[in-house]
Amino acid sequence: MNVAVLGAGAVGTSVVELAGEYGHDVVAVADSSSAAVDDDGLDAAAILEAKRSGGAVGDAAPEAAFDAAYDVLVEATPTTLGDAEPGFSHVRRALEADRHVVLANKGPVAERYEDVRALEADSAGTVLFEAAVGGAIPVLSTIADLNGQVTAARGVLNGTANFVLSRMAAEGLGYEHVLAEAKDLGVAEADPSFDVEGTDAALKCVILANVLYQETYTLEDAEVEGIADLPGSALELAAEDGRTIRLVGEVSDGRVRVGPRLVPENGTLAVSGTLNIVQLETTHAGRLNISGRGAGGPETASAVLADIGRLPPAGRN
Amino acid sequence: MSDAGTRSYTVRLELVDEPGELLGALEPIADSGGNLLSIFHERGNVTPRGRIPVEVDLEATEAQFETIVDALRSSGVNVIRAGTERYSEELTVVLVGHLVETDLSDSLQRFRECGGVSVADLSLSAPAGTEAPSSARLRLVASEGRSSKALSAVREVAAEKGLRVVEPLTEGSA
Repeated sequence: MNVAVLGAGAVGTSVVELAGEYGHDVVAVADSSSAAVDDDGLDAAAILEAKRSGGAVGDAAPEAAFDAAYDVLVEATPTTLGDAEPGFSHVRRALEADRHVVLANKGPVAERYEDVRALEADSAGTVLFEAAVGGAIPVLSTIADLNGQVTAARGVLNGTANFVLSRMAAEGLGYEHVLAEAKDLGVAEADPSFDVEGTDAALKCVILANVLYQETYTLEDAEVEGIADLPGSALELAAEDGRTIRLVGEVSDGRVRVGPRLVPENGTLAVSGTLNIVQLETTHAGRLNISGRGAGGPETASAVLADIGRLPPAGRN
Repeated sequence: MSDAGTRSYTVRLELVDEPGELLGALEPIADSGGNLLSIFHERGNVTPRGRIPVEVDLEATEAQFETIVDALRSSGVNVIRAGTERYSEELTVVLVGHLVETDLSDSLQRFRECGGVSVADLSLSAPAGTEAPSSARLRLVASEGRSSKALSAVREVAAEKGLRVVEPLTEGSA
């Protein structure tokens, strides 16, 4: 398929880099300031080099990406809350042009799920968003394969928060100390509030709720509590009792909740480091656990490319 | 267990130190057909709230026992613990915040007051004294079906006092 990539961060550039391996051509790449477009296929190496050296991805205006002969738009711009712009408008433009959309951006499917589904209904294009939940972990495709059998989902869906909690528990270090370390390692961003306040995990749970219940949830419907400033003594007390604390998101009985939870120290949910895990409760298949890398450029790009492989033949005329 | 489903239970009560209190507390046991085995009246041992703990051993069927405990509670007798077998559910939470300054014993008392709930174990950790937030691990035991009520009480008190609650996962998950 011909792929247009919007967003040239870690995920976007990895999609550009790996698309060829999956048999796809990248015909457009755009970030917020410029675009590179070539209907015969762009040279991935040249784009990556331009981006790495701090330059523009191309010499066209970002808008030009929409004029390319693409079959699928990969939306990998940063997640925004509320109106989910500019991601939502990107999705709209592609669907109105009867193209497919694959999202890594959580905003449109967490905050405006109903709008996205309405646009999709009027379009020949299809929307998929595996990469928005759990990075490399095939969560949404598993749910789709289970055909309505999944009754509840829970899991550890933020690697930064999990890294902080597992380091605090393992080393007996304080919150601020571990957070600083996480920033040094590139595990936490300079402003980690999205991760440690639970917002990122909550968005993923909202998306899961939208998929499981076929209703429209937004971040406002989620009960969210983060792990910021959790004292080490809380983890020590949990450990004395054979437990530990993880930032767990739960989607069950129509509710979406994210918060620090006590889990068995050596239990399934107590993954360590930046790993993520998702547990699905099913009607006939019992409980399924899927864990893996929940973030990272190539990891998340692999989910984007898997979605592209699942798309029906091109919607483009 | 003896015949007709009768079994022995231990009930721990708190009584006000006034004449007639003990007799009043024992009446529901006889009235409901329970068989009184022993009474341990700890007169020398006063609870923090100035009451006297009394431990009563009795034999009754499960239905009789339910009636007895309900009757004791409705007559205003504080039932602290009603036979360990009644506490079939357990709930561990960690509370974080200014626990001591927000009156920990009041918090614990309010958890107990929601009925069928008892505080089985408490560990407090305040490594930085009263300046920084402290943490407490709390094990609550509850009679069947009461643990969600206990959790609601914990959430309510915590919200009111500005404490954070690290809850266990919902039932059935691990």
